[in-house]
This record gives sequence, C-alpha cells and structure tokens, in this order.
Amino acid sequence: MPRALTLTTGLVGLALLLAFPLVFTLPYPRDVMIRIFLYAMLATAWNVLAGYCGQISLGHAVFFGTGAYTSTVLVKTLGLTPWAGMLVGAALAVALSQLIGYPVFRLRGHYFAIATIAVGEIVQTLMINWDWAGGARGLFIPIDRTGSLIAFQFRDKQVYYYIALGILLLALWVTRRIERSRTGYYFRAIREDQDAAASLGIPVARYKQRAMAVSAALTALGGTFYAQYILFIDPESVLPLSLSILICLIAVLGGVGTLWGPLIGAAILVPLGEMTRIYLGGTGKAIDLVIYGFLIMVISVIQPGGVMALAQRGRRRTG
Amino acid sequence: MDRPGGEVLLDVRGVTKRFGGLVANKDVSFQVGAGELVGIIGPNGAGKSTLFDLLTGFQPADAGEVLLDGRRITRLRPDEISRLGVARTFQKLKPFTQMTVLENVMVGAFQKTADPARARSQALDALERVGLADKAEAHARVLSTGQRKRLELARALATQPRLLLLDEVTGGVDLRSIPGLVALVRELNAAGTALVVIEHNMAVIMDVSRRIVALHLGEVIADGPPAVVGRDPRVVEAYLGQAYVR
Repeated sequence: MPRALTLTTGLVGLALLLAFPLVFTLPYPRDVMIRIFLYAMLATAWNVLAGYCGQISLGHAVFFGTGAYTSTVLVKTLGLTPWAGMLVGAALAVALSQLIGYPVFRLRGHYFAIATIAVGEIVQTLMINWDWAGGARGLFIPIDRTGSLIAFQFRDKQVYYYIALGILLLALWVTRRIERSRTGYYFRAIREDQDAAASLGIPVARYKQRAMAVSAALTALGGTFYAQYILFIDPESVLPLSLSILICLIAVLGGVGTLWGPLIGAAILVPLGEMTRIYLGGTGKAIDLVIYGFLIMVISVIQPGGVMALAQRGRRRTG
Repeated sequence: MDRPGGEVLLDVRGVTKRFGGLVANKDVSFQVGAGELVGIIGPNGAGKSTLFDLLTGFQPADAGEVLLDGRRITRLRPDEISRLGVARTFQKLKPFTQMTVLENVMVGAFQKTADPARARSQALDALERVGLADKAEAHARVLSTGQRKRLELARALATQPRLLLLDEVTGGVDLRSIPGLVALVRELNAAGTALVVIEHNMAVIMDVSRRIVALHLGEVIADGPPAVVGRDPRVVEAYLGQAYVR
C-alpha cells in the first residue's frame, strides 16, 4: 500500500474508533469494545517478547496481576491514585520480569514456555495464600461514587473506552518504535537463530531481558486498567493460566511478530467469546474455549502465520 | 613450525577439547598474523569446526588459551568475541529465514552503528561485495545453498571484522560459483582482513592460502606453506592420499 493510503486508512480507522462511543451509547457494545482494546493491548505486549524475540511466554498473567495488585494495594493502604499505582505496577513488573528472566532464559524453546507456566502457577498460589493482599477472597477497590479522574473511576463507560484505546495505541506505538530500531532487528535475529545472532555480536541474554521488560511493563498497565474497570480483583481473575493462554491465542490467531496481528486477533476472539457466552448459555465457559481451540487448530493447519499472513497472501494474489 | 611474519593477531596455545572420551582438539597451537590467510585442512572429524567453536566462544576449551592481540579471549562469550573483531560463518548455515537478505546483513551492520539508515547502506555495500545485491529484498529462505553462503559471508563482513573465520567456503556450492567465491576470499584478504579458512577443496585451499595448518584426530600434524604441507608424508597418509602427490 502506498504511504499516503496507509496514513489515510489509519486516520479514518482512528476517527471511527473515537466516534464509536458517541454513536453506541449503551453500556454493552462499549464494554465489548473496551475488552477488545484491553486484550489487543495485552496481546501486543506479549508479541514484543514472543512474536518478535521468539520467547513464548505462557506466564504473562503474572505481570497483569502485578499491575492489578500493585495499584489496588497502594490505593487501599496509602490512598495513592491508581495512575501513580499504574506506574509503580509497571516498574515492579519490570523488576519481577528481570528476576524471572535471569534463570528462565537459560532454557530454550519448549522448556522456556513450560518454565513460564510454572512461574505463573507459583505466583498465583502465593497470592491465594497471602492474606494481607486479600488471599483467595480478593480485593475490592474502594468505590468513589462520584467518579473522578484522580480515582481512576468513572460512572460512564465512555471514559474507560478512551483510556483503553489510549493504552492500546501506546502499546502499538512502542512496538512500532522497536520494530524499526536496531533493537527490533536484534529481537528478530534472536528469534531466528540464537547462535547466528551471538556470532554477529548480539548479547542475546541482555536483549531477551530487554524484550521481557518492555512486555512486562505494558502488560502491567493493562492489569491496573482492569482493576479500575471491574473494581474487584482476585487470583482467579487476574493471575490464571487461562489468561496467559488467551493472550497467546489472540496473538497467534491474528499473526505473531506483526504489528497489527494482536489487534486483529482480539477483534475476532473477543466478540466470538461474547457470542458463544450469549448463545451457548451460562455454562458456555468451556464451550467458548472449545471454539477457541478449534480456531487455533484451523489456523495452524491452514496458515500458521495467522490472519495477517492470510491477508498478505490474498494481497499478493490479487496484486 | 613456521611462524608468520609481522605481528601476531590470533595466538592459539595448546587448546584441548574433549567430548566425553573423544578428544576433538588435542594441544592445538598455531598463530595467525595480521592480514594473513591461513587454510585449515583435515579429514572429517579432525576437529576443524570444533576448533572454530573454541576460537569464537561457542564451546569452552578444557585446556589451553586463545589470545587476540595478546588479550585472552578464552573465557569470553561469542558476542563479546565478535565485538572484538572476530567474525565467523557456520558449516551448517544459519540464515535468519524469516527476514529478507538485506535485513539479515543489517543485523551484522548494526554492530558498528545503531542508525538503521547507516546500517542499511553498509549492508548494501556488503551485499554488493559478495554479489548478492540483486537479492536484497528477497526472503532468505528462498536462496540456494551457494547464495546462502554468500549471505552468511556478507552478514559476517558487515560487522567489519579484523579476523574472519570461514567454515567451508565451497562445500555444497555449485561448481560455477566457486571461482567467484575464491576471488572474493582473495579480495577480502587483499583489503587487509586476516582469514582462517576451513576447506575440503584442495585445489582451492592450496592455491589461496599462504599457510596451511593440517589437523588429524584433533592434533596439528603439519603447519607451513602449501607446497611443504602438501608433500608432508603424515598429511598425505592421513588426508590427501598418494594420488595427490603424483
């Protein structure tokens, strides 16, 4: 696509997204869009580490939970605004990611993925048993009935909508910046062949840690947003393995290692999850996962590069 | 043993590597002078590729040491050794298959600059030198073996090394491409880069090298000018066979 056309498409898309809550004033469609933004943003963050740098993490709920718990605990104990809590959460997630990364990055491929699952399970178990932080019962965010920017609570979903969109755009912008820089080339080189990358002077371990840090920080922002949006968190909602897997599925469906893949994946999977929940009844919790699983199987058989690769193939054929 | 003239760039001192009961390199010593071109020959399993792994930090040596410009590099990581100016290619080629040819080489060029535009122009220069400029936008996975060798060479060159270790320049390459690759090796050496080349094609290696190191069962059995090493009875027996002498 020519540059001008790409720019126009982008601006029109953005204008439509900005206008959406003005047209759709009911809470439900806004909620679906907010969820799309949130999951797209989480998958975009995951994509930095897994898609570009090739380190498949199945423990990203840890960083999501770090963001959610940090801001919530800070607002409950110190009355700190969740906006500041969000930044502290991101910083803490970075620190945690470096701590986790140091031993776990010694493993390659499947072993790395398995180790991240283990880390996720450990953290969830710790939080379930840590009574000071709510334990298994979880934590309620103190309600501010009027709603205010400082409290990061709003009566109208419209504000949440724009905040979620803002965080998603931030994640996409960060990814774009990385993609075009030396760091982005190094990430991809590490994904393709670690030995070749090292032979060209790339400090592989350091760059993996860097990818992990960026990915963890962005994921934590999503965690704080979730806490402020739902106003209740517990280990079952912000630290489950199923969340880590869902983030991975969204990116894989859309196309790993591409800028727009995670967004496309979320735009397909989130509404699909909603539909299966509505049409397949209250016990649909498992049914929608069956459908996810089926979709992933279809994608990996037909086009392992995800929807993005499918689109590129189509473009090549027509163009 | 024949010592190279001028200053010593790479000094390998008594390097030994064991894999369980197998001794891949046994007390290997030789030197490479600045700007020199040294060929390494030996039958399969002589320990040539293992030697490259020891020199570039991909395997730790069990004994002995490697010095670059008088500095010990024996315990350094591969990326650290690369940044000291030692580049290598692999016998089993390792292109970044999901990236374009140009992007592959840019990864190498990024060692000396963080600016994508500059890395791009340096990468194009390197591709020009190996004769792969017309494939710059192609995906690395579509290249033939010969082209992949050139790509790997360009990628190593883009790091602007002082010492270049080439593991089998002509192996698996179609016959028509060999003269071009040989000319390229000569040209690089003429431009001042020191080279150590592992090669099975005797005509090529004897022609291009100023010095040959012969390995057999992990040990250096000869080190000297091609004409001398080519007639060494131990080399003939271990590797070349009587037919070569006649």
